Amino acid sequence: MRRHLGLIGIAALLLAAYASPALACAGLIGPNGAVNLVRTTTLAAHHNGVEHYFTAFSFQGGGGPFGSIVPLPGVPTKVERGGDWTLQRLVRETQRELQSEGLRAAAGLQDARVILETKIDALEITILEGGGAAVGRWAIEHGFILPPDAPEVLDFYASRSPIFMAARFDADEAKRRGQQLGDGTPIHLTIPLRNPWVPLRILALGKKSSDVVRADVYLLTEIRPALLPKFRRGMFVQYSAPASPGLLRDLRSDKGMGWMPANGMWLTHLAINSAAQDLTYDLAVDASGRERPSRVAAGLEPSRQLLRPLPRSDAPTAFPFVALVLGGAGAAWRARRRSA
Amino acid sequence: MMAAAWLQGVARRVAIVAAAVILVPILLYATPSAGSTQTFAITVRYSRFMPAQFTVRRGTTVRFIITNTDPIDHEFILGDEAVQGHHENGTEPTHGQVPGEVSVPPGTVAETTYTFLRPGLLLIGCHAPGHYAYGMRGWVRVID
Repeated sequence: MRRHLGLIGIAALLLAAYASPALACAGLIGPNGAVNLVRTTTLAAHHNGVEHYFTAFSFQGGGGPFGSIVPLPGVPTKVERGGDWTLQRLVRETQRELQSEGLRAAAGLQDARVILETKIDALEITILEGGGAAVGRWAIEHGFILPPDAPEVLDFYASRSPIFMAARFDADEAKRRGQQLGDGTPIHLTIPLRNPWVPLRILALGKKSSDVVRADVYLLTEIRPALLPKFRRGMFVQYSAPASPGLLRDLRSDKGMGWMPANGMWLTHLAINSAAQDLTYDLAVDASGRERPSRVAAGLEPSRQLLRPLPRSDAPTAFPFVALVLGGAGAAWRARRRSA
Repeated sequence: MMAAAWLQGVARRVAIVAAAVILVPILLYATPSAGSTQTFAITVRYSRFMPAQFTVRRGTTVRFIITNTDPIDHEFILGDEAVQGHHENGTEPTHGQVPGEVSVPPGTVAETTYTFLRPGLLLIGCHAPGHYAYGMRGWVRVID
């Protein structure tokens, strides 16, 4: 009975876009068990067969480590710091539209394999490959505190893609770096992928069934995407229109965003405002024009097959895909760090 | 004639097998006789006990063997509501000394033995933070 240990991990996915730091936090959990239920913003952009996944971790004060685990649809070819204001710019774009038109309507016995480790500001990021149980063990061995629904949720994702990102946010390091409350660290992941995909169920990890999950998901695709699920309680398509030249020009001018085409992109904004118990699906996207988003990718039916990342040889090089992770870091990790 | 006898034999064997399939679990698990010792195997998967409901006769001693297939810590606590409440608010990091209480680390098998002396309903629960509220619970009905 580790009564005093906080539980709960939370995950947040943000595909290919930016979010304002204030909005970009996933549900991060502190070693004292406090959960920051802050709205999450993610951008998933898909261009030339590459998904650019953006999310951000916000410094919420306190001390010690926070953590997150985020399922990924494939192995990133690059993990880097995201631009400075891409997510914020997207928020502004769609808010303006909303104002003018009114409110329209997320094993086995083998160990997890560490594929990549990097550090971005106060974030320690690890890309893992493994089954749900293996990733769960790795997380616990590294100080994450997993909530009771974690085994099922990790298997839910590992059955389709055995790639996860674990991120640890060291609040003490953030303080040393002079980060202020609400300051975010944008992360940009580049993942070769046939179609964009955004994990949503992971956002409900560790939450009570009646808790409300709030998130903003932005998609930038070469054509108007077909989405699955189409209709779900608590999921709203807030914006769907060709991306304006002004938006694309602004996004291209942000750091690391030179891959963004000057025109011909479609912007979609989905708002998630759902009870945790209803958030049992992910967002599958078909941006190929076939209008057939995968039911497996959406988590609506089981499959042995994965999310069909592009073969490495097919992958355009060095495109960014951004993501962020979830998690809970606990006393064990902190103690380990202190003793180190 | 021979065919009829053969069919009769087949039907008899089928009936015996069916009876065994139905009765053996009942005899082994559902209502073990008073004063006997039984073994119940429980698997923990996705933070659930499987199975989670049992019926035993008063006086039965049960050896619970719990297999934790999850990557997270669990525990098996058997007792009434007061016992469950005590553990839900307690601070003991591990269990194993008290009959009916045992910790089950990830990927391990643990066991505990308990003798059911009084008829009534006892609860099973895991009190790792959040697990009981999540639904990691069950019960044992003790009958005369």
